[in-house]
Amino acid sequence: MSEELITPEMFEHLVDLAAIALDPSQSDYLRGELNKQLNAINELIAIPIDESIPLAAHGVPYAQADASPLREDCWEACENPEEILAQVPVSEDGYIIVPDIPHSDLE
Amino acid sequence: MALIDQTAIEIAQKIKQGEILAVDVLDSALERVRDVDGRPGALDDGIRSLEDEKKVHAFISLTEVRARKQAEEIDRKLQAGIDPGPLAGVPVTIKDIFCVKDMLSTAASRILANFTAPYTATSVARLEEAGAVLLGKVNLDEFTYGSSSESSAFQPSPRNPWNTAHVPGGSSGGSTASVAANEVPLSLGTDTGGSIRQPASFCGVVGLKPTYGRVSRYGLIAFGSSLDCPGPITRSVEDAALMLQVIAGADPKDSTAFERAVPDYQAALKKDISGMRIGLSPDYFNITFPDPATGELAHQEIQNEVKKAVYHTAEVLAGLGAEIVEDVPMPNTVHGIPVYFVISRVEAASNLHRFDGVKYGYHTEKEVRDLNEMYRLSRAEGFGLQPKLRILMGTYVSAAQYSEQYYQRALRVRSLIRGDFEAIFDAQGSYHLDALLTPTTPTTAFKMDTVYGDSVLMQYTDQLTVTANHAGIPGISIPAGFDASGLPIGIQFLAADFREDILLQASYAFEQATKDEAWRKVKPQVLQ
Repeated sequence: MSEELITPEMFEHLVDLAAIALDPSQSDYLRGELNKQLNAINELIAIPIDESIPLAAHGVPYAQADASPLREDCWEACENPEEILAQVPVSEDGYIIVPDIPHSDLE
Repeated sequence: MALIDQTAIEIAQKIKQGEILAVDVLDSALERVRDVDGRPGALDDGIRSLEDEKKVHAFISLTEVRARKQAEEIDRKLQAGIDPGPLAGVPVTIKDIFCVKDMLSTAASRILANFTAPYTATSVARLEEAGAVLLGKVNLDEFTYGSSSESSAFQPSPRNPWNTAHVPGGSSGGSTASVAANEVPLSLGTDTGGSIRQPASFCGVVGLKPTYGRVSRYGLIAFGSSLDCPGPITRSVEDAALMLQVIAGADPKDSTAFERAVPDYQAALKKDISGMRIGLSPDYFNITFPDPATGELAHQEIQNEVKKAVYHTAEVLAGLGAEIVEDVPMPNTVHGIPVYFVISRVEAASNLHRFDGVKYGYHTEKEVRDLNEMYRLSRAEGFGLQPKLRILMGTYVSAAQYSEQYYQRALRVRSLIRGDFEAIFDAQGSYHLDALLTPTTPTTAFKMDTVYGDSVLMQYTDQLTVTANHAGIPGISIPAGFDASGLPIGIQFLAADFREDILLQASYAFEQATKDEAWRKVKPQVLQ
């Protein structure tokens, strides 16, 4: 079996970055699957690649004539703000309410 | 034969000619749903019964009241001498990954289970403007993340109408199951790595993934924004041509939808295929996958009956005058899944960050200390395992220290995959093919509960479809027979950018040439 690239410590860091919480059984399953997927992904490392091969952010090339013209950047009123606000889990007087936002210093 | 057993073209034609009413077609569809579908998918669904295991379970939401209003409006328009459009009175289902105004739009996830869309996706709006009657939203893998539809948070998940012990494929499994079980003639699906073509193959129906940008993505809840393609799922090639005609075209609300004229697909599909150059590649008859026991790469041939079906298709097409070109090299096919594991996860993780429990959707009921804890708990309770897996992998491979090793390398290998197709479709090149003919899937539909949970093996079921998503080219899966256990086999055509006309032409030629073959008369288990 191949080595585990994602250690428990690294996994905890990833979970924190991903803004999710996991119970232990979920953690075991997910870390195992991540390592299996990375094993498959590592096949890419053996492919001879040089920097002349372009990065393909999408498959089909876009010519200028193919692209839709950008819409004018202008303010438009929302047609149904009450409906949008009605779906907010916690709101008051048209404002979205969230819990305290913790302060953290940028590193 | 019930009204709903007809094709979309037959239904629309008869409604327009006054032979049948749209409301009668709707009633026929509803009766079929009552007969075969069983209970719709729901959160916290309880115990799966034996009766559940015999039903299709395509639906999440059946929108009968809304559909009846639409059908009555079609009949009213015709009475008033107004043409309701090319899909007059045709019932359709919509994969529940599209937003439809004032309808629950769940993505088959707990995190969006209570979300009512404030606007309608362009492709859905175009279907309704063409006279289609929206029968309901159908089930899928959660956020489209899967290839069996089993990962839906809304259970029971869909089952294969040909044998309900087997999966319908995924992620558009509710769409293909609803079409195969004759609940509707048309369904709107999406294809990010094969999610239209693979379940179409498993369910014995037609599934077309258009060129990236041919159909607007506006209103589609995004998975992989550079890969996602909405497309038709139908029982006949002609219906696929009609449905694509309706939904294709530029959209000011999606800047990636191409400003390019939409050809007449229905006229194109009836053209003679004499002289069409169709390739066969050995790289699509073998699969490579990590052995579940050892993790080492294993190689094996695809299921023999699937291979035979592809060669039978080639013989039929050759008999119609097509030129079959063998041994076409597609050397980068084997890299499709590893590349997909990187690119699709990065895009998925990015797209899923918007679901935070603040603006809409699921919100934790637990007491929280601060905003960060609220995010973590809402996402922990709202997302299932498959979205969590994609968020974590996308976060890992796009991290600054690994990006060059994984993400940037994957984008370069994507160029190589695209290059394979450019080489074979190049009119001045050695092969100058019109289309590549391949199996759609390495095997026919697998049994429920046998692959789900193994995220690597599940992903490799898309090995023969995912290359088209990386390259952006169009692909179609059409039925080509059955295996020894009575499960459908699908074959796939791939063509150059925006050559959906060629896919439809080759598919229609095969469909018509084999229309009297015995396997075409077999009905799905749930309709027997």
